[in-house]
Amino acid sequence: MSSQPEVAVGSAKQRVEARLKVTGRAPFTADHGTAHGLEEVAHAVIVDSSVGRGRITSIDTTEADAVPGVVRVISHANAPTLPYDDNAGRSLNPPGERLRVFQDDRVLFFGQPVAVVVADTLEAAQHAARLVEVRYDAEDPVTDLGAAPADEPVRYSRGDAEEALGSAPVRLDLTYRLARNHHNPMEPHATVARWEGDRLTVWDKTQWVGDGTQRELSTVFGLPREQVRVISPYLGGAFGSALRCWPHVTIAALAARETGRPVKLVLTRRQLYTGTGFRPAYEYRLRIGADRHGRVLATDHDIRSETSSYETFTEAVTAPGQTLYRTPHVRQAYRTVPLDVNTPTWMRGPGFASGVHVLETALDELAHELGIDPIELRRRNEPEQDEVSGLPFSTRRLLECYAVGAREFGWAERNPTPGSTRDGNWLVGIGTASAVCETGRSAARASVQLRVDGTALVQSATSDMGPGTYTSMTQIAADELGVDLDDVVFRLGDSDLPPAPSHSGSKTTASVGSAVLDGARQVRQKAVELAVADTRSPLYGADPADVVVAHGVLRSRNDPARRDSYRALIGRNGRSRLEAIGAYVPPTGQSHSMSAYGAVFAEVGVDSALGLVRIRRMLAVYDVGRIINPLLADSQAVGGMVGGIGMALLERTVTDHRDGRIVNANLADYLVPVSADVHDLRAIFLDGRDDHADPLGVKGLGEVVQVGVAPAIANAVFHATGRRVRELPITVEALL
Amino acid sequence: MPSQSASVPATATGLASQVSLSVNRVRRRMEVDNRTSLLDLLREHLGLVGTKKGCDAGACGACTVLVNGVRMNACLILAVRMEGAEVTTIEGLADEGELHPMQQAFIDRDAFQCGYCTPGQIMSGIGCVSEGHAGSAETIREWMSGNICRCGCYVRITEAIQQVASASEGA
Repeated sequence: MSSQPEVAVGSAKQRVEARLKVTGRAPFTADHGTAHGLEEVAHAVIVDSSVGRGRITSIDTTEADAVPGVVRVISHANAPTLPYDDNAGRSLNPPGERLRVFQDDRVLFFGQPVAVVVADTLEAAQHAARLVEVRYDAEDPVTDLGAAPADEPVRYSRGDAEEALGSAPVRLDLTYRLARNHHNPMEPHATVARWEGDRLTVWDKTQWVGDGTQRELSTVFGLPREQVRVISPYLGGAFGSALRCWPHVTIAALAARETGRPVKLVLTRRQLYTGTGFRPAYEYRLRIGADRHGRVLATDHDIRSETSSYETFTEAVTAPGQTLYRTPHVRQAYRTVPLDVNTPTWMRGPGFASGVHVLETALDELAHELGIDPIELRRRNEPEQDEVSGLPFSTRRLLECYAVGAREFGWAERNPTPGSTRDGNWLVGIGTASAVCETGRSAARASVQLRVDGTALVQSATSDMGPGTYTSMTQIAADELGVDLDDVVFRLGDSDLPPAPSHSGSKTTASVGSAVLDGARQVRQKAVELAVADTRSPLYGADPADVVVAHGVLRSRNDPARRDSYRALIGRNGRSRLEAIGAYVPPTGQSHSMSAYGAVFAEVGVDSALGLVRIRRMLAVYDVGRIINPLLADSQAVGGMVGGIGMALLERTVTDHRDGRIVNANLADYLVPVSADVHDLRAIFLDGRDDHADPLGVKGLGEVVQVGVAPAIANAVFHATGRRVRELPITVEALL
Repeated sequence: MPSQSASVPATATGLASQVSLSVNRVRRRMEVDNRTSLLDLLREHLGLVGTKKGCDAGACGACTVLVNGVRMNACLILAVRMEGAEVTTIEGLADEGELHPMQQAFIDRDAFQCGYCTPGQIMSGIGCVSEGHAGSAETIREWMSGNICRCGCYVRITEAIQQVASASEGA
């Protein structure tokens, strides 16, 4: 069969759902109500614990029950026992025992749900929730990462790091502290639950309708999977926060079952800090040994990170130290520290953003120590292969990213001496850092229907938290079918649709996109075969390999006058549609090491009197394989930089270790970048594709764009001031 | 002006009030629970779910609407204070299917990703221009900093508002 021309793919198409979003008609979870067939929806408001550890001794609901409109107050005192079948290690639940809502009197962290109020109106539920009187037998919680014992470490080593460090001519011993970050998507997590007999439907904010939320709910309630349906058409951001099915989803479903009404539960902004996960805080000691030419000989990584007392959350924080640079001797010990907190989770660039920050700041420190240009230092440590697996890189164009970035950003004009550049009261500095994130791919399926009117319906149980899944899948299907973009509708976010992996790990385009590609190719093939065998078709008898399709018209490449159309062909043959299930399964056994790369450049100004840091401009150059939509890719990359600015300069969750309370659980005190923080940000994508990665040639974009930003800024702050701050975020206090 | 009468079930606390206001050019007389914010009135009682709740504390701007032509955080206003007010929400912008220039500019510039803060950004952008705070990118950034976009679309949002501001100057 002939290959199709690239028409929509690679072109800067506007979002297919743009009109819905600018008119406020895109239905997010909490928007579902009577317009969606949900009648008599009751409102649920969670009561959460006001102690950081202990036991509930009593719950008095007398006053709450007396509020007019209150339907029920549910807590461990009156909740039914739920099956909670084992689901550890699946649905992205980490190893351990997940929190079981309202199943006993134990309080494991401050802010744990202890009751839920269900009422006719939101006002009544909110009011009554404040009147629920909970008494505790409180214990002292342990929430300080630096003050608690750790679990047994996960270790990695190659060579003999201790010996090599001992004999290295240059040695650095550096300890970094990275704050806890919360995703804080603009849309609070929400669930609307409805039971019809023993069938449960939830509208939920989730990045994984199928093996995530549907599976988790089926195990919690002991139901067959097919009796649970999860619907999630639009996500108001998530960045990892909606990967797991958190306890409030169960609470909504439980409340709906107990009251016999559809129930809507929306977490408050404060509750998001303890009701969903977070990027854990890290203490990361890195020792580096190098020769005088800047070649890294050995690294020793001693890593501690937060986890909860009931689950063990780990992420890919050790990966950059193993593979980003040629390093003969590496030793790593990665210890989780169980604390009286809720369980951390993946947040944009999970593990990589934290690990790369440490490595890339340390490399900048090494470059300064040796008087070597930071980019040149990275060139001298470029690996020839993946030093863990021994596999060749599929594509690795990191040095090209640096070359393009240095040219575009004006790196050559940078005076290497820290503190040497001024602009009025501002000390000006330029820094750079590498970005890397592993290319992920998972099995996926998509259904493709080509209808008699020439339009196509393409469906998969994936989601779109903002990168543009709706649009990119539409582009891929349109090109492969040979129809116009407007003639394709892509549906997602429903567990009834063909299964897709979690919408995470930068793998949606590679995985779901490849399934869409396969399904569309099958359908086109069916159409072509139908045409060449159809005596009434002008293409009768043509060589199928010679037929291409554009704008829904099939034609012979050698004889363009011979043409047929999808509409005519399908109609003439008495079919209502042609359809196929497309599938993608990643090959078993990797032949290549695959990652997306980037080089990030930042110019900062630091107020010499106040220590205030401002981002003056940033540029990042990416090697991410093929770009399906340059407009959306640019938005995603610049958005990742904004996230990185937050991580570098603003974002930290602050806990009062006396009672385990998060003291800044709101958007006024947990600072995130606003418009005034964001000036001149630019992204460049190296042209190319990675055919080892997946049939589309993409390497993934959403994660890598948040990686490398914080160290580029930290290195720029050092260059501006000569002050090395080894804590994130870099605050005014640290620079005064 | 068309008129509609709707009743919010005032919880039997006796703490309900009559209020008459106009929402998207439709005048409504209704009884509202005194505890109801303008945001919850729009979303939960009038079904106008285009206006979003992000923080319910005036810190994020997702609920921005126009009250008598001025941009305000609907989560910080009690509905009972809206007597006689003219409220415009994202649903009231498009005119017989034709998008408001700010809506079109947001599409043209790809000034959103997830789209959740977008209604608030658009309403705030309209307010920003009508206040005369859209003369330069720097001014726009300053006066749009009450609207958080976690996807990080600020560069494009600023461009979209500049597009509308310069078009209205030329007009």
